[in-house]
Order: sequence, then structure tokens, then C-alpha cells
Amino acid sequence: MSSREVILGRIRTALADVDAARPADTAARVYASQSVDDVVAHFCEMVADYRATVHRTTDAATTVAAVLADEVVSRLVVASDLAADLLAEVGADVEVVVDDPGKGVGLSARDLDTMDGVVTTARVGIAATGTVVLDHGTGQGRRALTLVPDLHVCVVRVDQVVADVPDAVALLDPRRPQTWISGPSATSDIELDRVEGVHGPRRLHVVVVD
Amino acid sequence: MTASGRHPGTIGAGEGALHHPDVDFPHAAATALADSQLRANLGHATATIRDKRAAVVAEHPHWHGLRAAGAGIKDDVLARLDVHLEELERQLQAGGATVHWAADATEANTIITELVRATGATEVVKVKSMTTQEVGLNEALAAAGIAAWETDLAELIVQLGDDAPSHILVPAIHRNRAEVRQVFLDHMASAGIAAPADLSDDPAELAAAARTHLRDKFLSAKVAVSGANFAVAETGTLAVVESEGNGRMCLTLPDTLISLVGIEKVVPTWRDLEVFLQTLPRSSTGERMNPYTSFWNGVHPGDGPQDVHVVLLDNGRTDVLADTVARQTLRCIRCSACLNVCPVYERTGGHAYGSVYPGPIGAVLTPQLRGIDTPLDKSLPFASSLCGACEEACPVAIEIPDLLVHLRTKIADEAPRYDLQKAAFKAMKAVLGDPDRLARAERGTAVARRVLSRSGRVAGLPVLPSWTTTRDVPDLPERSFRAWWAARADVDGVDGDAGPCAPGEGS
Ligand code: SF4
Repeated sequence: MSSREVILGRIRTALADVDAARPADTAARVYASQSVDDVVAHFCEMVADYRATVHRTTDAATTVAAVLADEVVSRLVVASDLAADLLAEVGADVEVVVDDPGKGVGLSARDLDTMDGVVTTARVGIAATGTVVLDHGTGQGRRALTLVPDLHVCVVRVDQVVADVPDAVALLDPRRPQTWISGPSATSDIELDRVEGVHGPRRLHVVVVD
Repeated sequence: MTASGRHPGTIGAGEGALHHPDVDFPHAAATALADSQLRANLGHATATIRDKRAAVVAEHPHWHGLRAAGAGIKDDVLARLDVHLEELERQLQAGGATVHWAADATEANTIITELVRATGATEVVKVKSMTTQEVGLNEALAAAGIAAWETDLAELIVQLGDDAPSHILVPAIHRNRAEVRQVFLDHMASAGIAAPADLSDDPAELAAAARTHLRDKFLSAKVAVSGANFAVAETGTLAVVESEGNGRMCLTLPDTLISLVGIEKVVPTWRDLEVFLQTLPRSSTGERMNPYTSFWNGVHPGDGPQDVHVVLLDNGRTDVLADTVARQTLRCIRCSACLNVCPVYERTGGHAYGSVYPGPIGAVLTPQLRGIDTPLDKSLPFASSLCGACEEACPVAIEIPDLLVHLRTKIADEAPRYDLQKAAFKAMKAVLGDPDRLARAERGTAVARRVLSRSGRVAGLPVLPSWTTTRDVPDLPERSFRAWWAARADVDGVDGDAGPCAPGEGS
């Protein structure tokens, strides 16, 4: 007998006391999304609370360019399908490298490690928790892109921001890879002292576009 | 569950790596209690996390609903576990993952070792995973000539220092910064990139040294091993919840990803995660959300590992399931909230529990996973004052005190000569430290401190006399033992003026 059969058999034996007509899932859900008055303002506040830098703007291109200049980025990596207008104001001194693994021009992890930063869009922003969610669709790149470089500039449109976790879960496709990001990488492993920046990007800028 | 119900070859719950099974909890606790640094570090850590947790739980208007839903969803899973696992398997396979089933620790280790060997790799990077510690995977891989590198900062400290984890969330909390510095200076070089010679003991500098040391490993790793916090049956989605980004590195950069997943980690639907993604971070780190959560679904072409394996592990879990009373233990999402509120854990630390699962959850889970054959495992259900703080903090409402009493009863049923009264006395004496004071408490509470087991035998409860009168209260209220404890938590040693608990008080 395979271990699969052994384990399933043990489970069935263990559940001998459970009604043979096993009830379908019946957990009571007596909760709701937390309501938030001004969803976008709350989102900005919570993202900042997790020590990311928040920029609220009507001009994404100018803000992105300013962040890259401030952070002294000289080599920038982006996904091949990032909207070009987001980078329209980026200075000529910034080398923009396009990652396109679908076309066989994906950067190796070591190549990515030589990049100063990455600019992406996002799928959802969650106000109650200050979270940006990437589903690695258009403009967001594969997962490694927003992981290896030390700076992540993430552009979120105000119409992408929802109040709470259940609202986000309802919008997201569980068959896509996802990365939920709440502030920069952090650890409290040594004497519970919080240190920002271990393995993920140590600097996170969230550009919120009206 | 009987001794003969153990599966041959089962290692289980970290046996071997951590503790001698013949050293029972009271003796192990006595060693821990002698370590004043340990107590100071733990006191600070548990108090800090406790306060943070309390704040983010209090601010959530729907906390009780989320907690009840979390318990209900997990109970639904357990009631139809076979159905959900078969669906999970189908969905994982549809997503391009290969599914393996491991009946016990030995089988899990064999499967994973063979998978690593097949890639030709001689080292793997690991995301913090209690399940891989439970089966002793690192030791098994080492025996096969494969180096397994822990990449969580605390786990790295534990591994380089040839040490054992002492807390679920912050496994190296027993170490202070000067010790961490020394561990890095002494041991990083032989494991890869050395620590800088002028390394200070500033946590930021220590974290930076770990970043440099591990980045090289991430960039060259061919194989990663992870656990998973959740596995969604409906879609085959796996989740890893973390803070540092080492999880993202392991889940994303290598070619091959092997995830060892306990069979109780399954949830029916994607929507169910809306509950746990709110309750787990708040209960664990006291944050509204942890820095990073990753989801993946088998193989994603052009993104991340293209060779993806999931090993579904039993290793005693079906024995827990078979116990209709203790089955709810399998709801546990390993948040560690119960550790941080436990007066016994706060005093003894994690090592005394002799398994990868410390604190209240360890006291209740380890003897079920491993059986109650050894002096250590027999003593674990007594490593509690039954004050109820753990149940109150638990985001899936596991009735830990009830289960501890249930296990005590079971021990008595299986070993009629086992002296429950003495075991309870010994455990609390070890933790409370002063035989005179305990003796006074004993005399004062001689009548009240009794609990009838289901079989009618009496199990001793030296420090919570009023328990029997309150066991029907659904949400356990604050107990006198806790009040007593809170009042003297920062006092070293005990003097015994009031005794641990006056009879009839505080329930
Ligand atoms: S028993 Fe409850 S509180 Fe303790 S780790 Fe498990 S889920 Fe968390």
C-alpha cells in the first residue's frame, strides 16, 4: 500500500465518529471588513507606519523620476510591459534594463544583484494593513525582479486601494503568484530590536497616484 | 493513542536534535531557571510581543468573529480532511507540482533527500519551517552529504551556534547581541562568506553581516526547502508568511523547490485566507500585517522554480485526529501567541520542552505527535498551571487547558502507576522554584485542587484550585495565577507570602 493510501486510510479511520454524510464547510463568518473612512488617506498612513516612504501625487512620472534621483539609482530594471509613460521623466543618466524572460532576455539572479532598483506597478493596495499586493501581472515583473534589487518603487493607483484584507482576497486570483508587501524587509530576531532590511529590498517607496 | 500506535521509524517533533527523552520537564526547567540571561531575554521578549499583540487585537472590531471563523474553518477541514487533501493533490498536480505523501519523519526525509540528490546539488537553502525541524530534516540531509543552510536570521544564529530554537517566532531570543556577534565571528567563515573582522554587536550590523553571508547562498542555490503556512485545497495555492525576505529568496530564485507540508495545513478555499491573513500576523508578531507573504501555485512558467514538489506529512497527525477530544490541537497555526502569555514558558524558555514546539502548544502537541512513552513526553502535559491565558490568546480558540487535563488523564489510563499528583507537583515546583511556598499552597488547597478525570481518577493541580468550578465558562476569564504572576513577573525568585493562588479566587 502506498503512503498516500496509508495516510488517507488512517484519516478515514480517525474520523469514524464524524457523521458519514460529512457536512460541507459550515464555519460561521461573523465578521466583516473593517470600514475605513478615507481609504486612500488611511492606506498612505498605514504604509508609512511600516516605514516605507509614501508619495501621493497626480504626476506619477515626475515623482518616480524624483525618487530615483534621490536614491541615486544608476541602473534600473523594469518588466518589459511596464507602461513607458511611468519612466518618461527619468534622467538620461539612468540605465534602464528590461527584463523579459518570455523572450529569453531574463536577467540571472546575479545580474539582478547588480541593479540599483526596480520600478513596478501593483495589483491591489490594502488600507487597513498598509499592504501592496503584486500578482506579477502587467508592469510588475516576475517575482525575483522586486526581490533582489535593494530599492523597490511601487506605483499604486488610488482606484486600486481597498479597505481591508477580505476586499483584496476577493479581487485576487489564487492561481497567480502573489507577493504581499507591508513595508521593507525587517527582522526583530536579535533581542527583539527591529532592524529594517535583511534580504528583501531595504528601501520601499510607494507612489500613490490620484 | 497507545504506545503501539507509534509508527515504526517515526522520529517526530525534533527528537534527538534537542533533548534527551529521559530528562523530564521539571529537570530541564531547573536547568533553564538557573540561566538568568535567558529569563531576562524571555521576559523582555514575551512582554513586548504581548503588548503589541494586545494593541492590534483590541483595535480590530471583528476579532471575535475572526477567531471563531478560524476555529470553524479548521474544524471543517479536519472533519473532511481526506476529501480536502485529495482535492489539494489534484490542484497541485494541475498546477505542475509533484505531490508526495510521507507517513512519518523517516519517509519525509528519504523523499526529500532523494529529490535533492536527483538534482545533483550538495546544498540547499531553507526557509524557517517547524515541520522540517520536527522531522529532523537537516540532520538527515547532512547524513546524506547535503548541507542545509537555514536562512532566517534567528535560525542562522541557532544553526551556526549549534544550538536549539527556544521560541517559535524568535528562535534565538535566548542569545544576546554579544553572543550573536561571537557566533558570527566564529562560525560564518566555515559556512561561507565570513563576518567582517570589525563586526560590532549592533543588531543592524549583525543583520547586515547575515545579509551578505546569505546573499551569496541565495544567488547560487539550486534547491530550496520550505514549509507552508497554508495550502488551499480548492486552488493548490501554498502560502509562506514571513518578515525578512529570506522566504521570498528561497521560493523564487532556485530551480527546484521542495515544500514539506503537514496535512493539517490545508484550508478549503482561497477565501478562507481572508481570516488567517488577519489573525496570524496580529497573533504572531503583533503587526497588522507581516512584511512579506508569498503565494504560489505549482509551477509558474518564466517565474520562479520550474521543478516544484510538495511533500504531505502525517508523522503522528492522524493519531491526533483520532482522539476526538484532542483533535482540535490540529487547528494550530503556529503563531506563538500562547507562548508569549504563558507564565511557565516565560520562566523556563523553550528548551525545557524538549521539542521544536515549545510552550503551551508544545505541552499539548508534542505528547500527541510523539506519544507518551518517555519521561520527557509524559511530563509535558504537566508543564502548565492551567491558568487559561493560552486559550484566551489563541486565534483558533484551542482549549489548551482542557486538552492538557485530557492528556494527563490519558497518561493515567495508560500507566496506572504513574503518579499524576506527584508529576503535577514536580513540574510546578520546578517552575515556581520554592518548595516551602509550594508546600504551603498544597496544604491550603488540598481539597479544591482536584480534577476528576473522565475515568474517575483524580489528577493533581497544585496551582489552580478553582479550575473545576470554571471549566464550563467558554471564554476563560483572567485567573488568579496570572494575576499573581503578573505582580511578580519581574522579581527574581519567589518568597511565598501569598502562595501561587488562594482557593476559590479569581475564576
Ligand atoms: S496553539 Fe493557538 S496560540 Fe498557540 S501557536 Fe497554536 S494557534 Fe497560536
